[in-house]
Amino acid sequence: MERLVFDIAHSLAGGLVLVSFMMLYQDRLSALINIFAVQAVLLALSVAWQAYMQQAPHLYITAAIALVFKAIVIPVALHRIIKQLGIHREIEPVVGIGSTMFIGIGLVALSMVVMMRVTGQAAPVAREDLAFALSVILLGMLMMVTRRNAVGQVIGFMSLENGLVLAATGAKGMPLVVEISVAFSVLIAFIVIGIFLFRIRERFDTVDLSALDRHRGGQ
Amino acid sequence: MGVWTFNPVLTVVLIPLLTAPVLALLPGYKLSARINVLAALATLLAASSLFFIERPLPGNYLLVDDLNIVFIVLNTFVAFTTSVFSASYIGHELETGKLAAPYLRFYHAMYQVLAFAMNLAFVANNLGLMWVGVEVATLTTVLMVGIYRTPAALEAAWKYFILGSVGIALALFGTILVYMAAQPVVGEGNNAMLWTVLMQNVATFDPALLNLAFVFLLLGYGTKMGLAPLHAWLPDAHAEGPTPISAVLSGLLLNVALYALLRYKLLLAASPGALAPGPLMMIMGLVSLVFAAFMLYRRRDIKRLFAYSSIEHMGIITFAFGIGGALANFAGLLHMVMHSLTKSAIFFAVGHIAQIKGTQKIADIRGLTQTHPVLGWGLVGGVLAIAGMPPMGIFMSEFLVVSSTIAHAPWLALPLVLGLLVAFGALLLRLTELAFGEPSGSTAAVKASVLPLYAHLALVLIAGLYLPPALVLWFQHVAAMLG
Repeated sequence: MERLVFDIAHSLAGGLVLVSFMMLYQDRLSALINIFAVQAVLLALSVAWQAYMQQAPHLYITAAIALVFKAIVIPVALHRIIKQLGIHREIEPVVGIGSTMFIGIGLVALSMVVMMRVTGQAAPVAREDLAFALSVILLGMLMMVTRRNAVGQVIGFMSLENGLVLAATGAKGMPLVVEISVAFSVLIAFIVIGIFLFRIRERFDTVDLSALDRHRGGQ
Repeated sequence: MGVWTFNPVLTVVLIPLLTAPVLALLPGYKLSARINVLAALATLLAASSLFFIERPLPGNYLLVDDLNIVFIVLNTFVAFTTSVFSASYIGHELETGKLAAPYLRFYHAMYQVLAFAMNLAFVANNLGLMWVGVEVATLTTVLMVGIYRTPAALEAAWKYFILGSVGIALALFGTILVYMAAQPVVGEGNNAMLWTVLMQNVATFDPALLNLAFVFLLLGYGTKMGLAPLHAWLPDAHAEGPTPISAVLSGLLLNVALYALLRYKLLLAASPGALAPGPLMMIMGLVSLVFAAFMLYRRRDIKRLFAYSSIEHMGIITFAFGIGGALANFAGLLHMVMHSLTKSAIFFAVGHIAQIKGTQKIADIRGLTQTHPVLGWGLVGGVLAIAGMPPMGIFMSEFLVVSSTIAHAPWLALPLVLGLLVAFGALLLRLTELAFGEPSGSTAAVKASVLPLYAHLALVLIAGLYLPPALVLWFQHVAAMLG
C-alpha cells in the first residue's frame, strides 16, 4: 500500500515534467494556454496527494488555489486577452523545436543527476519530487528564453512557478507562511503582468516583444 | 513586556506599511510628498533608536543583530533623503506634464510599500519572510520603473520583471533547499526557517544540500544585485524610471540582495563540510567589476553611465566579502555604505540636471559648472568620490580592498586594480564633458533641493577624513562576525 502511495506521487510529479515538454513545442498560443491549464490541474492533484501523504490539511488550500486560479481563471483570462489582441490564430515561431527538445532533455538529465547525488540523506519521496521540481523549473526557464511573445514568456514563468510549488510542497512540513506566499506571489505577479499586457496593448498593436525591442533606449 | 511597549523593529516595518494606503487615498501631491517625507523621517528615527534602546529578543519572525542594524539604519537614512529629493523632483515632473496626478498618488504609495518591503527583508528572522520582502520590493520597483509608460520605460520594466522574477524564483528554490537541509536536524515547521536556529545547528546539516542551495541563492540574489552576467535589467531600469527610483535602486535595493547573500554566506561558513562561498563570490565580483568598467566607456546616456558604475561597485563589494577576513569584510561594509551615499547623491544631481536640460544624452549636456554651479559642482564632487579620488570615503574603502587582496591573493590584485583604473578613467572622461566646456542646452534656473545631495557628499568626505572610533569599532565587530 505504501508503495502505491509513493508511486502515485511520483507519476503525478513526472507528469508535470512531461507536460512541461509538451509546452516546449506548441506553436500556437491558444494550444499553449490549454496545456498550461493541464499542468496546473496536475499540480493541484500532486499537491493534494502530498497533503494526503503528509497528513497536512493546509496543503489542500495550495492545491485548491492551483486548481481554481491557475487551471481555470488564468487560462480563461489569457484566452480572452489573445482573442482581443487577435493573436489567437497566429503561429508563433518557436526557435528550432528539435534543438529546444534536446536542450530540454539535457536539462532534465542534469537536474536528476544533481538532485539524486546531493539529496542522499533526505527522504526518498522528497528527493525525487525535488528532482522533478528542478526539471520543471529549468524547462520553464528554457521556455521563457525561447519564446519571443509576451504571453508565451508569462506562461513559461508560471510553469516555472509550478515547479517551485511542487518543490515547496515536497519539502515535508515547510511552514504555511511560505506556501501562501508562493500562491500570493503568483497572484501579485499576475496582476502585474495584467497591467503590463494592458499597457503594452495600449501602446502597440501587438504584444510581441520584438516590437518592443525597436524602442530600446539609447545605450 | 506589555503588548503596547515601543518596539523599534516592528515600528520600522509598520510605519511605511500604514502610510502607504493613506498616500494612495490622498489627493494633492504637495500634501502626499510631505507625508512621504515625514513617514520616512519617522522610520529613520525608529531605526536609529535601535542603537540606544535595548533590542527585542529575536522572535519567530523578526530579528535585530549587529549585522542588520547597519543595513537598516543606512536604508532608512537614504530612503529619507531620497524622499526629500523626490518631493521637488516630482513637483517638476507634474509641471512639465510628464506625470499625471493619479499616477503621483500611486507613486507615493508605492514608495512607502517599497520602504516597507526592504525593511522587512532586513529585519526578518525567517528565510521565507525575507524572501517575501525581496519579492515585494522587486514588484513595486517594476511598477515604478514603468510609471512613465513610454515604450522605452515599458520595455525596461518588462525586462526587469522577467529577469527579476527568474532571479527571485531561483532564490526561492535555494531557500527550499536550505529548509530541506535543516529539516532532518531541527525538525519540521517554523524552526527550520529561522536564522537564529539555523546558525546554531548548521554544523550538522547535510553539506551537499547546502552547497547546491548556495549556488541557487547566489544566482538568484546575484541577479537582484546586478552581478554580471545577470545584470541585463539594471541599466534599463535605472535609465527609464523616475530618478528618485534610480537612487533607491542603486543605493538601497541592491544592498537588500547583498544582505540576503551575506546571511547565507555566514550560514555556509559555519558548516565545516560545505564549500567555501568565498571563491564563487570573488569570481562573480571581479567579473562584474572588470566588465562594467569597460562598459562605462561606451555609454551615451547619463543615467545608464551611473547604472553601470553601480554594477562595478556591487562587484567590488561582493569581491571584498568573498575574500573575507577582518580587513576585507571591514572594507566591504565601508564600501557598501559609501557607495549607497555617493551613488544616491549622484542620482539626486543627475535627476535635476536631466530635468533642466530635458535630455539624458551625455552629448547634449555640457558646461554644467558654468550654467548651474550648485548642481554642477555637486555632480563633480559625487563623480570624483565614486571614481575613488582621495580624500573621499570610497578612496579609503577601495584602498582597503586592494591591500587586503594583496595580502590574501596577490595575483587577483592585478585585475582588481585594472578594473578600478579603467572605471576611474571612464568616469573622469565623461565628467569633464558634462561639467566643463562650452555650455549647451537650457540654462533656466531650477528649484532644486540640493540639501540631500550635499548632505550625502559631506558624510562621504567626513568618512574619508575621519571615521569616529565608535563606528570603526562597530564595523570591526561586524566584520569579525562575518568571518
